[in-house]
Order: sequence, then C-alpha cells, then structure tokens
Amino acid sequence: MKAIVNHRLFWPATALVVLVAINAIAQPRFLAITMRDGKLYGALIDILRQSAPLMLVALGMTIVIATRGIDLSVGAIMAVSGAVALTIIDSSGSPDAVATVGIAVIVAVLVAMVLGLWNGFLVSVLGIQPIIATLVLMLAGRGVALLITGGKITTVNSAPLKYLASGYVLILPVAFFIWVAAVAIVSAIERRTALGVLTESVGINPEASRLAGVRSRGIIWGAYIASGILAGAAGILAASDIRAADANAAGLWIELYAILAVVLGGTSLMGGKFSIAGTVIGVLFVTTLESTVVFLGIPPAQKPVFFGAAVIVVVLLQAPRVHEWGRKVGSTFRKQPTDSKTEVEVAA
Amino acid sequence: MTTIIDIPDVATTGPGAVSRFTARHAAMMPTFAAIAILLLLFAGAEAFLRGDFITGSNISALLLDNAYLLVMAVGMTFVIVTGGIDLAVGSVMAFTGIWLAKLLADGTSVAVAIPVMLIGGALIGLLVGVLVQYFNVQPFIASLAALFLARGLAFVVSLSSIKVEEPAILWMQSTRFKLGDWYITPTGILALAVVGIGAFVMHSTRFGRTVYAVGGNEQSARLMGLNVARTKVLVYVISGFCAGLAGLVLTAYSGAGYPRNGIGTELDVIAAVVIGGTLLTGGRGYVLGSMVGVFVYGTINTIINFKGADQSWTRIIVGVLLLLFIVVQRVIVARAERRHN
Repeated sequence: MKAIVNHRLFWPATALVVLVAINAIAQPRFLAITMRDGKLYGALIDILRQSAPLMLVALGMTIVIATRGIDLSVGAIMAVSGAVALTIIDSSGSPDAVATVGIAVIVAVLVAMVLGLWNGFLVSVLGIQPIIATLVLMLAGRGVALLITGGKITTVNSAPLKYLASGYVLILPVAFFIWVAAVAIVSAIERRTALGVLTESVGINPEASRLAGVRSRGIIWGAYIASGILAGAAGILAASDIRAADANAAGLWIELYAILAVVLGGTSLMGGKFSIAGTVIGVLFVTTLESTVVFLGIPPAQKPVFFGAAVIVVVLLQAPRVHEWGRKVGSTFRKQPTDSKTEVEVAA
Repeated sequence: MTTIIDIPDVATTGPGAVSRFTARHAAMMPTFAAIAILLLLFAGAEAFLRGDFITGSNISALLLDNAYLLVMAVGMTFVIVTGGIDLAVGSVMAFTGIWLAKLLADGTSVAVAIPVMLIGGALIGLLVGVLVQYFNVQPFIASLAALFLARGLAFVVSLSSIKVEEPAILWMQSTRFKLGDWYITPTGILALAVVGIGAFVMHSTRFGRTVYAVGGNEQSARLMGLNVARTKVLVYVISGFCAGLAGLVLTAYSGAGYPRNGIGTELDVIAAVVIGGTLLTGGRGYVLGSMVGVFVYGTINTIINFKGADQSWTRIIVGVLLLLFIVVQRVIVARAERRHN
C-alpha cells in the first residue's frame, strides 16, 4: 500500500480518476461510449482527441523544463506553423491533394524547428535566461504569424487536413494516434538511450555535468529544437481542427496550460528529474478539467477560475510546508492508541 | 550588488572620464541605453514621418494612453528587482476594473468602490506573495494561478462590458489641465505620482534597499538580518495594488469595465520594464527606467499608428527591442563578472 502511495505518479493519477468520477456522478452520460459505423464516440473519446495539441506541446515542454529551462514561445510557434501550413495550402491549386498537405506540413514543421533552433541558440550559446529568451519569440511570433496570414484569418477546405484533426483510424481518432506516437518516440529517445539521464544531469547541475564531460550546450539546444518541432506539429493539428489559421487565437495560453500539465505530472520546474508518463496524465487532467467545465454548464469564460483553483491546490500539495503539516497531523493521530492504523499510514 | 562595482580597480585602469563614469554606473547603463533609444525614436519619427511628431499634444497623449501601463510597470519593477515575476497584472487589472464598474452600476458610492477594488487587487497580490514565500512555489507558477483566478473572477463579475456613468470616474479622464499645447489629465497625474512614490520608496527607504538586497543575493540578505520574508510578500502586494490602480485608470480611460481587458498586457509590462533596464535576474533596476521603457513601448505604438502600418509590427519591433536589451544586459553582466574575478 505504502509503495503505491509513495509512487510519484500516485497523486496525479488519483486526481485524474477523481475528476473523471466527479464528471461521471454529475453526468452519467460522461462515461458513455457509443459505436457508430465502426468508430467510437463519446465524451472520453473526445478528450483523447482534443488532448493532441496540448500533449505535443507539453512533451516538448517536459524536456525543456528538465534542462531547467522554460519555453514560453510554444503558443506563438503554433500560430506561425499553422499560418505557414494553411497559407501554403490556400495558395496552392489543389488543396485536396495529399501531396499539397504533406508539403505544407513539412514546411511548417521545418519553420517551427528553425524557431526552436533560435530559442536554443539564445539560451545555450548566449546564456540568456530561458524565460526572457523565449519571451522574445512569444511577443514577436504572433506578429510574424499575422504578417504571414496578412492580418486575416486564413480558412481552407482541404480533406486531408481535416482528416488529421477529425478523422479516424480503425475505431479511434487520428489525433489520438498522433500523440501516442509522439509520446512513444520521445520516450524511446529519452529513456532507451542515455539522453534522458544526461538531460536530467544538465537540469540538476549544469556546471557539474559540464565538468563531468556532458555536452550540456548541445543537450539544452536540442531540447528547445524538440520543443519547437512538437509545437509546430501541434499548430498544424490546432489549425486543422478549426480548418483556419487564426494568428491571434491559435495556441493562446497553451504555454501556461502545458507548464501546468508538466507540473501536475510531477516534473519540478527546478529542472532535473522528469516524467513523461506524468506529463501524459497531467495533460489528460487539464483537458478533462476543461471539458468538465463545459459539461457542468459553467460559462466557458469563467473557466480560468477553476484552473486557478486547481493550480493552487496542486502546488500546495507539492509544497514542503504542507507535507510538514501533514506529517504533524499524522503523528498526532499516531500517538492516540487507535486501531485505524492503515488510515494513519495513508495520511502520513 | 546594485551599484557597488569595483570602483578602485577601474579608476586605475580606465583613464578617461567617460569610461570611469560607465564603469561606476554600470547598473544604470541599460537605462541610459533606453533613454537613448527613446530619443532616437523621437528624432526618427520627427525626421521621417510627417515632421509634426514632437508636439505638446502628442507627448501628452503618450502619457495619457499609457498611464495604466506605467502604473503596472512600477509594481512590476519591485517584483522583478527581487528576482520574481508577476504574470497576473493584466488579469488583475481586468478584474478590478470590471468590479469597479459593477459596484458603481449597483449604486455603491465611489468612496467605497475604489478602496474595495484596490484592496481586491492587493489581496490577489498577497495570495501570490504567500504562495511564493511560505509555500516555496515559484513566482512564475504562483502568479500564473493568480492570472487564471483573476481572469475568471473578471468573467464571474460580468460576461460583458459595463459602462461607467459615475461623474467622479469620468472626471479623471475628461479633465485636462492645459499649458499651451500640453495637457495632463488626473489619470496622468496619478500615474506620475505612482512613479514618484515608487522611485522614492525604492531608493530612500529601508524597505526599498531591502528589495535590492533580496534581489542581489537572498541568502546574504537573510544573513544580514533583513526581513526577507516580509519584503518578498510585500512586493507582490504592491504589484497587485498597482494592478488594481491600473484597473481604475483604464476604467476611467475607456469609460467602461470590460472583462477581456489586458489579455497579454503582463508581457507588455514585463517587456517595458526590461527595456527600461531592470535585470530579470533581480538586484538591478530603476522605477524611472521602467517609465522610460513604457514610453519606448508607447512611442513605438504611436509611430506605427501614425504610419498606419499593421499592428503586428508593434509586437515584432517590441520583441526585437527586447532581444537587443537582454543581449546588452547580458554583455554588461558578463563584463561585471569578469571584473570581479
């Protein structure tokens, strides 16, 4: 029992389960999954589909945070990549051709990669604080996206693009498979090679790991490039979801949601140890919380109150002072000769 | 940490008066650079635009249009000098602004409504400060929570904009004290007063010097027996209070409260403060520098409006300027560190 409670994914996972349970009690149809034309539909399936952009962004953010950095520019990168992709499709003669969409996606991701390269250059070569270095692109990026779209919202009708966000493979949405693939690739690169350990060592102590022979500059740079690429892919997914490139609204506040998801998943903002599984749970929690608000009939505009409250509760649960209080409460219970020994252990 | 930078060492190596001055006031260099850029912007606008850029009414409008940014920048300077950051200011401004409008619409008297909304802003700041200081939450995350909270609360107060009919509030905006072509509104006076008080507190009070000490090296400040905990909480309270005041100014300026006000304004404020020469690592910065930063930001905006160019250029230019300044700061810090070694 204690081993399960002490596992670092226990609390994030519990929070997710509790949230789903609240939904299920408030609205039993929340859990309903129906099969139509060989495809699954339902609120839970929607959550899996809608998680995709945030999942990609949060994955990149996890790696960047592990190096003791932060990437505020992901939302702006999403706006740029969405603008690039849709402008290419819009100006081509055959928006329905798979090749057109393929080229648009590749170009957009390459542009996003260059933006990540730029962030990484500022942080790892010039040694600028990550918050400020990425703030530059966060401010300027949306301006660039607006220039690309010419200040208007570019809309396209393209079947292959639409397929990315709302199509199905077998019985589950394409977008779900995209994020699962991204999670698998990133975990394989980070955890099946030494890269993950090296990333953590850079995050825990950049100077010591440099002295130990770790090429911290390349690792930090790589993290920002990865974050850029993933944000670019997320930008295309977000654009294909609404079939429009809105430079002002695309990926708005996603950097904050992504950081929230990463922190909820148990990765410390101080860098070092990171958990990809934790991030996945964190993203699912954030997306579920978002649809909970809609489900409970609260005006979407008031949604931020819940996010604010959720962030405060979660950071308080992680705070050392609260743990201390928890221990104190636990030990006062233990002094009394009660038979509810198991409960005490849980509380402690 | 702020101004004490190896004076004797430099006096022997730097022969010229200029290099001695720059070395002695290294911490002020970014602010001087900001002033230079502001003058360049003015001169450039005067020369290349219609030639009637530097007029009394234009400069007066600059203060009027950016009064709310100026008020927030003062609070933000306190926070950033301690090495923290406050992302919540834009949302707090929206929340307090719409709350004020709502209270007035419900018939509350101004004498009650204004203190209530200002205290509301300060309380959100207090929440951030307590999270940062007593629960070891990083300023970024703590103020992020407050950002969400205040934005949501703004929508809880009202989903749409509320017009303000109260004469006292409208007076703050419509009254113009004129001197020839120049004019100033009560909101402008308020903003300048906040700058004056902020500069005084930062430089001439025990609290202000503690703010610098905490930003320079928190551990040393604690060992010196300074009250680090109280200072760190107070700076967020000040920032929240200033954001509340900005809500008042903006409500007067626009004649209405609107829950969507100030989305992304926190970034503009941070950019203005950094352009004004405050180091985001803490320990260095000036309230007056932040004022220059706000004017640089406002002037860029005005020039782009003058040119009739796309608004997206504002963001790009501010981003590029921000980059320029952080690189300049980086070089200055690196030089100072080299000299120390």
